[in-house]
Amino acid sequence: MDRRHTDREYEGELETLRERVLLMGARVEEMLSLAMRSYLERSVELAQSTIELDTHIDQLELEIDELALQILARRQPVASDLRFITTTLKLVTDLERIGDLGVNICERVTELGADRSQNPHDQIARMADAAQGMVHDALDAFVAGDAVKANQVIDRDKTVDVYYAQLFPELLPRMMSDPGVVFESTRLLSIGKCLERLADHATNIAEMVVFMVKGQDVRHSGPGSHG
Amino acid sequence: MNAGPQGMTSRPTSKNASRSDSATGEEASKARWDEVSVSTLVPKMRTEGLRAYFGQAEVLKGISLPIAEKQVTAVIGPSGCGKSTFVRCLNRMHEVVPGARATGQVLLDTQDIYHSEVDPVRVRRRVGMVFQKPNPFPTMSIRDNVLAGLRLNGERPDDPDAVVEKMLHRVALWDEVKDILGRAGTGLSGGQQQRLCIARSLALEPEVLLMDEPCSALDPIATARVEELIHELRKAYTIVIVTHNMQQAARVANFTAFFYLGKLIEHDRTDVIFTRPKEQRTEDYITGRFG
Repeated sequence: MDRRHTDREYEGELETLRERVLLMGARVEEMLSLAMRSYLERSVELAQSTIELDTHIDQLELEIDELALQILARRQPVASDLRFITTTLKLVTDLERIGDLGVNICERVTELGADRSQNPHDQIARMADAAQGMVHDALDAFVAGDAVKANQVIDRDKTVDVYYAQLFPELLPRMMSDPGVVFESTRLLSIGKCLERLADHATNIAEMVVFMVKGQDVRHSGPGSHG
Repeated sequence: MNAGPQGMTSRPTSKNASRSDSATGEEASKARWDEVSVSTLVPKMRTEGLRAYFGQAEVLKGISLPIAEKQVTAVIGPSGCGKSTFVRCLNRMHEVVPGARATGQVLLDTQDIYHSEVDPVRVRRRVGMVFQKPNPFPTMSIRDNVLAGLRLNGERPDDPDAVVEKMLHRVALWDEVKDILGRAGTGLSGGQQQRLCIARSLALEPEVLLMDEPCSALDPIATARVEELIHELRKAYTIVIVTHNMQQAARVANFTAFFYLGKLIEHDRTDVIFTRPKEQRTEDYITGRFG
């Protein structure tokens, strides 16, 4: 059955909003991917050029907020449309913060410099894969209106938290035995923290997708819920 | 003072936000969101398997719906869904049309108003009605319009002036008309005329007030006044409002019933209907996806 609005202009406005959110999501994913590549390749140049992408992401946030506000004011949306627009308004905030965390990762990479003698840290690579996967799947769930997938993303946050919890105990003995690695290790911890926060933002997005699809607010409902 | 964003002059700090403030805030929020649910509401009226006909055409196809006491219930749905017929069945106005009839039960408290021994005139005293177009009696003054319902029912109040003042106060019209009570009711603005008609209905001291598109002929300011009045009136009366304006239903009603093709599709708290309706047809209608 055709679920389009009788008013085609309204339908078009909602479609534009959805497209802009997807574009912002794609930009954020691209940025994360480049930020992690800059770490893995220890490329300061790539880190610095990646930081510049944040301006586009911020711009999209403003544009999406404006569009959503216009629709709220002019259309007085209800039910699934209202849930979609309120989700959008919150989702862009998380996306923008993910972008900021991408910037933070690039700044740490810049501080680490182009020393390729150190191998990329395994735990950081695992965390990055898991967190990026969460962002990707949360956005996929948003596009598909898939609450099951969104719930799976929410469950995966625990894994990233465990990886992060293992990072400090692993780096601490190295820092104690060799003060020469303290600088690098603190940067790695900082990158780890960014990835852990990034997974939290992906979780927020997934929680909003569940609300958008089912009208159920699942935030702060689990025993380990936070943020 | 308006406590909304316009009226807020400072934000609470840890110094001025006491424990009692926060408890009051919690209670206020509880009162707002934990209103009676559709399954636990106390009905003032209830229809059971209500069917209504115009000749052979069945326009209501078995409606079972409780009307919550001292709450506002909105009936929404596309043209021809039977919503006006439904409210006209609630005070036996439907049968006034030649060839129209209804079957099933309509309970007012515990009494079936369609029982053969029930006098429809008495039903209409207990269940008043306000129509789409303000219809003050054109030859009557404002004062006589308020008293018209009582007089038509053969009543002579001891102090008619007191009744007029009380009813005009109740519809927030007194200050606007107190010096022109002898003038024709039809000389008032549309919004004032509608409030005058509500006063005329209230003079009969009904328990339920039916409103069939009461604001569709009014401008936004007059509409806001009538809606404000509905908020006030629900403290004392059970109100059923039929409206094409879904934002109006969202603004004034505690419960909303969605009708389609003579059937009740969904009945729930208004906040539920407008944020997460359970039925796809409700969703399609309120979001404007009805083909």
